[in-house]
Amino acid sequence: MKPAPFTYHRPLSIDEAARILSDVAEHDGRIIAGGQSLAPMMAFRVARPHHLVDINEIAALDVLTIEDAALRIGARVRHARFIPGAIAGPTGELFAKVMPNIANYSVRSRGTFCGSLAHADPASEWCALATLLDAEIIAHSVRGERRIDVRDYFDGAMSTTLAPDEIVIEARMPVLREGTRTGFYEFSRRKGDFAIAMAIVAFSVENGRITSPRVSIGGAEPYPRRIHEAEAALDGAAPDAAAFAAAADAAAAAVDPMEDAMTDAAYRRDIVRAATRRGLEQAMQ
Amino acid sequence: MNAKPQGVIGQSVQRLEDRPLIIGKGMFVGDISFAHQLHMRIVRSTSAHGLIKRIDAQAARALPGVHAVWTAQDIPEIGPIDFREGKIEKLEPYRQPVLAIDRVRYVGEPVAAIFASDAYIAEDAADLVEIEIEDLPVIMDARAATGDFAPGLSSEAAIITQGFGDTASVFATAYAVVEIDVTVGRHSGVPLETRGAIGRYDAARDVLELHGAAKVPHKNKETLARLFGRPAAALHLFETHVGGGFGVRGEIYPEDILVLAAALRFGGAVKWIEDRREHLMAANQSREQHHKTRAAVDEKGTLLAIENEFWHDQGAYPRTHAMRVAETTCGILPGPYRVGAYKALGHYRLTNKTPAATYRAPGRYETNFVRERLLDAIAAKLKISRIDVRKQNLISSDEMPYARPLCVLEDDVSYDSGDYVGLLDKSLKAIKWDELQGELAERRKRGELVGVGLATFVEKSGLGPTDGAHVCVDTTGAIEVITGGASVGQGFETVMAQVCAEALGVDYRNIRVVHGRTDRIDFGIGAHASRATVMTANAVHAAALIVREKALSFAAELLQSDAAMLDIIEGRVIRRGESEGPSITLGEIANHLRPAAKLRRGREPGLSADGWFDTDHQVYPYGNQIAVVSIDRETCAVNVEQYVIAYDIGRAINPVLVRGQILGGFAQGLGGALYEEFLYDERGEPLSVTFVDYLMPTANEVPNVEVIIAEDAPSPRNPLGIKGAGESGIAAVGAAIASAVDDALSSPGAVTQLPITPQRLKKIMNRLGRA
Ligand SMILES: Cc1cc2nc3c(=O)[nH]c(=O)nc-3n(C[C@H](O)[C@H](O)[C@H](O)COP(=O)(O)OP(=O)(O)OC[C@H]3O[C@@H](n4cnc5c(N)ncnc54)[C@H](O)[C@@H]3O)c2cc1C
Repeated sequence: MKPAPFTYHRPLSIDEAARILSDVAEHDGRIIAGGQSLAPMMAFRVARPHHLVDINEIAALDVLTIEDAALRIGARVRHARFIPGAIAGPTGELFAKVMPNIANYSVRSRGTFCGSLAHADPASEWCALATLLDAEIIAHSVRGERRIDVRDYFDGAMSTTLAPDEIVIEARMPVLREGTRTGFYEFSRRKGDFAIAMAIVAFSVENGRITSPRVSIGGAEPYPRRIHEAEAALDGAAPDAAAFAAAADAAAAAVDPMEDAMTDAAYRRDIVRAATRRGLEQAMQ
Repeated sequence: MNAKPQGVIGQSVQRLEDRPLIIGKGMFVGDISFAHQLHMRIVRSTSAHGLIKRIDAQAARALPGVHAVWTAQDIPEIGPIDFREGKIEKLEPYRQPVLAIDRVRYVGEPVAAIFASDAYIAEDAADLVEIEIEDLPVIMDARAATGDFAPGLSSEAAIITQGFGDTASVFATAYAVVEIDVTVGRHSGVPLETRGAIGRYDAARDVLELHGAAKVPHKNKETLARLFGRPAAALHLFETHVGGGFGVRGEIYPEDILVLAAALRFGGAVKWIEDRREHLMAANQSREQHHKTRAAVDEKGTLLAIENEFWHDQGAYPRTHAMRVAETTCGILPGPYRVGAYKALGHYRLTNKTPAATYRAPGRYETNFVRERLLDAIAAKLKISRIDVRKQNLISSDEMPYARPLCVLEDDVSYDSGDYVGLLDKSLKAIKWDELQGELAERRKRGELVGVGLATFVEKSGLGPTDGAHVCVDTTGAIEVITGGASVGQGFETVMAQVCAEALGVDYRNIRVVHGRTDRIDFGIGAHASRATVMTANAVHAAALIVREKALSFAAELLQSDAAMLDIIEGRVIRRGESEGPSITLGEIANHLRPAAKLRRGREPGLSADGWFDTDHQVYPYGNQIAVVSIDRETCAVNVEQYVIAYDIGRAINPVLVRGQILGGFAQGLGGALYEEFLYDERGEPLSVTFVDYLMPTANEVPNVEVIIAEDAPSPRNPLGIKGAGESGIAAVGAAIASAVDDALSSPGAVTQLPITPQRLKKIMNRLGRA
């Protein structure tokens, strides 16, 4: 579990990083951010980048702020930054609710939000949350800047539409309206493991009726997505057990679950149902 | 000798060994280095079964920094790995070669070894070795049809039988017959510190050294000296700090032999440190067995006979333990119960998985699960309570010692002492069994899936026959205790010091305990199968008593007093009851016993002695475990809400250390019950080679455990009354949790397989209509 040889670069600016990456991308050059996914993959020699471009010295990537009703998360922002109060409003509450479910403390203090988006693990909480919030991924390269709608971003399990020479410098997402209710539930066999499936939900309740419902399911399919069937089941309904059960059933029916040696599709579907209902219930608490 | 009430035995004194560990000065195998050492990397088979057609190591050899690349051809002088207890005729042809010869039999099998100037280069070179393998069909289930290990050698390497009485006639006439078909999953000890070995040839002294030994240094020294044809004094093993043993560390594996062979050939030091992925595919795995078991009972549930046929999945080769786990399985299965007649038949089958051997409580974790499943099945069939069926059959204290014509570790089974029913009552009281039934019923009415389960068990410990120790007082009064024991982190030094301190009359902190060094003492049993405290502590006790006698007899002359009137308090010999009177310290006595000292007057020089402890039987501690669990109806996750472990250790030298053993064992038992499993795909590819897939319970998953340490039945088989503690916490966790899960589902017999993963439980619950 020693990595294969590589050349290490440590640029001090975004442009420098983009230049280096553009030079080395075709030699399997890669960004390293928190290293919490890449370093283990290199240790197993599943990944053998010949060049590593370390973005941890680029102070400009530290941005974490709300601007024009959009949350901006720079590429150097670690999971552990999203403690309660770090971001205002229901968006911040939701981030703080989700964050402790990622890995363990030492991983959270190194791994980055944008790194999670770049890595695109099917069960990444941040990918599911970015999906829920209709995020935009800001990709930077020597060719300029590109904004990618999250719906066009994922390409498969651990695969994105980023070009090899593009750096995710930031993720941006409109914040939730004041008063929005949010909920999160995931099931993993041990705390901190990648989840078998998860649901992140947000909705408002106006005059006893659900409005603007959003349901994002992660872990079940190669990448997270909003489940419109579940959202439709909620829209306009009273926020009660019946509506939540209907939405949960709709989510379970809509997903096409992945299978692995331990987990068959039926089980994962059941977890989607339970997670959706529990996420919705949590939002009402 | 009876304990003095204020003695240090029985006190939870602080561990002597903690200081270096706490200040970061521990010396684990990875911390050991020698100048100019080479680093070894093993190239492992990626095929589960196949013929080696070609190995091309040219590119690897050409890589700068690579010193040598070996395949089997390069070490024709080294034979396959021997069994620890010597030759076993029928298994000889199945032994594992150090590097695969012509054929590979599991993914992870060593095929080539790289020796390079650093560990990175070694791993780069390993990538360059090309191995062409022609795949052969694999056997991935020990119950499946047997195949060929090699032409003419069946994959059923042995059939093991034990038993007594005529089971057939009992079954023919019994009131009822209860049958179960159950499986224990493949899991193993996964210590925080992986294996490691540093071979070093010291040409100046002509001594071959192995650093990083653990568990059984002396036994391994014997085997290795034989293998390398070296006299006993020309090969030595050195233990370092050990970050967990659990059975898997300290056995002789291919890598240990390779570093020694390379050190000899290259004339220097060769270091190998296992990485985690290797550990999860190359270190001994354990536990996997399938049992078809049936019991004949009368109308009250009395066990009249048990028949047990089982399939032991040994993996690709027998390892140093040979058939021990399967044999123990036969010998210990009846556990704490009376059984009129018994027949066990084990199929010792080779499959194309990582070889298996012992893991903490080998043969007991498995059989406790099987037997307690059987007891639960009897209770269900006869509609009697799970407690009554156990009490009905538990061997009673007035039947002790209780011999039965079975054998465990070549030792005839004879339980030495115990009050099994009494200890069960203590646990039932602790968990408030009767009230609990009401509470659980209440919760079930509200729709919760909650239940309680229990298991009783006998442990075995302290296998002899003999161990020795040397106790020596220096002229400052400091004491050295030299043992052939080993420390796998269990507090060995503290316990030995406590026993010595009490016998000698000194402060235990003034004692240094040597262990794990074959160059300091000729014999030693090491630390395995819960025997260190029973065997080595009793030897230390014997040696300390001799030193005590020597000191008293010398002091008697000097203080002009009858030796019987003297006592030793904190290292000073005084007249009994006179703290102010004339006295002499042990250091002063040691000074007078120097070879050249005037006052020695023909006495043997030195205030020191060897002590030995012999025993002809193991001792049998016993216990029970009770679990309360709830099941999430949707995710099917099992949550352990409450857990009680009661254990009679005979005599606890240091109760906190015993508790630590029990709690650590429990966490591992929980792993085997709910989380840990080595899975393979149908081609023999291991699927659990990282901690993403091999799930160890963490602090989040391990609940609080109430531990009851009893000393109701000291062992009559040793002067201190000790029984071992190492394996009690783990032994019945699978059994107790399975029983509790059944209860939560109100479906006796629902659980037939460990680990009880949520995915498996979902299937059970779907079948029962409980999901
Ligand atoms: C024990 C453990 C448990 C974990 N559990 C979870 C979990 O429950 N949930 C979860 O979501 N994650 C989990 N992770 C993964 C962790 O969250 C990672 O931190 C995260 O996936 C990647 O972020 P990183 O900054 O560490 O990226 P790195 O490891 O540095 O990089 C990952 C990949 O993304 C690329 N990359 C990184 N940053 C950028 C960028 N700015 N632009 C372009 N490409 C980039 C890299 O080139 C690489 O291919 C776990 C990790 C560990 C070790």
